Amino acid sequence: MLKRFSKRVWDGRWGYVFIAPAMIPFAIFTAYPLAQGLLLSFYKAGVNRAKWQYIGLKNYTNLLTRDPVFPTAIKNTFLFVLGVVPAAMIICLFVAVLIYPLSQRKQTFFRAAFYMPVVSAGVVLAMVWVYIYSQEYGLLNYLFETLGLLDLLNDGEKIGWLAQTNTALLSLAIVVLSWSLGQPLILFLAGLGAIPEPLYDAAKIDGASGWQAFWKITLPLLRPTMLFVLVVLTIAVFQVFVVVQLMTLGGPANATQTIVYRIWVTGIVGAKFGYGSAMAVILLLIVSLVAVVQFKLLDRQLT
Amino acid sequence: MAETTLDYSRGLTPGDQILRRRYMVGRWLRYLALAVVVALAIILLIPILWMILGSFKIQRVALAYPPELIPSNPVMDNWERLLIDRPSMRWLLNSFVVAGGIAIFGVLTSTCAGYAFGKKQFPGRTIFFWLILMTMMLPRQIYIIPLFVLMKSFGWFNSYQGMIAPYIVYPFGIFLMRQYMQSIPDELLEAGKMDGASETQLFRHVVLPLSRPAIGAIAIFAFMAGWNDYLWQLVMATDELWLTLPVGVAKLTASGVGSIDIGVGMAGATFAFVPMLLIFLVFQNYFIKGITVGALKG
Repeated sequence: MLKRFSKRVWDGRWGYVFIAPAMIPFAIFTAYPLAQGLLLSFYKAGVNRAKWQYIGLKNYTNLLTRDPVFPTAIKNTFLFVLGVVPAAMIICLFVAVLIYPLSQRKQTFFRAAFYMPVVSAGVVLAMVWVYIYSQEYGLLNYLFETLGLLDLLNDGEKIGWLAQTNTALLSLAIVVLSWSLGQPLILFLAGLGAIPEPLYDAAKIDGASGWQAFWKITLPLLRPTMLFVLVVLTIAVFQVFVVVQLMTLGGPANATQTIVYRIWVTGIVGAKFGYGSAMAVILLLIVSLVAVVQFKLLDRQLT
Repeated sequence: MAETTLDYSRGLTPGDQILRRRYMVGRWLRYLALAVVVALAIILLIPILWMILGSFKIQRVALAYPPELIPSNPVMDNWERLLIDRPSMRWLLNSFVVAGGIAIFGVLTSTCAGYAFGKKQFPGRTIFFWLILMTMMLPRQIYIIPLFVLMKSFGWFNSYQGMIAPYIVYPFGIFLMRQYMQSIPDELLEAGKMDGASETQLFRHVVLPLSRPAIGAIAIFAFMAGWNDYLWQLVMATDELWLTLPVGVAKLTASGVGSIDIGVGMAGATFAFVPMLLIFLVFQNYFIKGITVGALKG
């Protein structure tokens, strides 16, 4: 038994040789920190290693019951995900179905336009949007004023998009949305390309309208792509950080605090390694749970 | 059944006319929807345009309300201050080294591991692959604190190795490469073995050339991920000379006390954007291939 196993290991030795360049750094820079993070979350740990102290679940109970900001950060992160992800999916589906029949050249233009914000770093867009959202000299207020929307919404007063609690989160979400469209769009276009044309011909012969064909053919056959997009987007949006750090610093009145921003502020800037790690573990649990639920839900609908 | 489809070249029956009217309504709806899509595309491009225009505005113009849509008196001041007063060329170099390093390591590790996962039989293959795949799904921020502690003990702050090390393994690349390897027929590898090629020769002379398209896609994506990475590079660089371009540029406006210098900020943002834009325009097809290859087979 053991002999047979070691023979299989020996026969597969080149497999190990080829995965080693990936697995060794993986062990050092991913697996080990992951495990240490789990461990750290049960410690009171600061810059001085000698003073690290095991405190059981205290970081977690403090986070969920005593921390004045973290629950808000969880709520805001969910608001980001619940706002951006469905919006991105619907917009991309709409755009993909509309531009799919266009000529290759026109399609390329749209693909490039929607992908442009993905190419520009989050930093770049965050900086521009701060300028655009500015209350006194921003482009957005100017546009709203020109269109008469300021009169309609705010009695003609200029809106402090990032300074008001009721608009700040939405304003950031729009920036995140703007760079969340490129990838799904390309995926949906590829998914549409993989649907066999004869299906649509058959539907037409049976007298189905374009609308019916969309519901009965396009959507069901795009499901695998949609599932992939859904999961990837959700995980990406859960990590929202740049917009918060560069545009609002979590304010006004904590309206834009997010989990990853708290991890950075507490764990890195504040050097509370244990407490910050507990936040990270909670993020891990949330993301895994959400991913599993998404798979389950869509998988059931699939079959 | 071909007769049932409409042929407008022949005379129209009343029934046909109703159908045609419906078709026209559908067509106008379609135009309307397309107009919405065009508007969306323009909205996405406006911030980028606004940034470029802003980089040529002196502070007085940048703060003007109503804003000058096209700066009446474009100046190079901001660019001069960015390129001469700030170590922006060093930041550019840092970004190229970091993003390039991440791309090179990403390609190397992904190709080797993808080949093993896709073509080799060995105990533990599935477990190792799932381990990698799971971290592809995990936000990196989850272990950023212990990683920070680790780097501290290595003394790797303000160094290229510290900025690159966590990205040596590129899980998405391994995944993509495995998918790609599985599409290479076994016969090609068998033929190489028959000719007496050693494992390393086989890899260098058969596998590598065959996987060139996937390598291109991985290199591009890893490079973009490295170039646009913010949080880790922000954590790693404390010295102004070791900032990558996005981090350095972000500090242009964030560090300013009192009124923010908008023009320099916009010039910096443009400066960080242009290299990636050029790469995107040149390698557009690799981007599309990379995005779609991984998803559609999974």
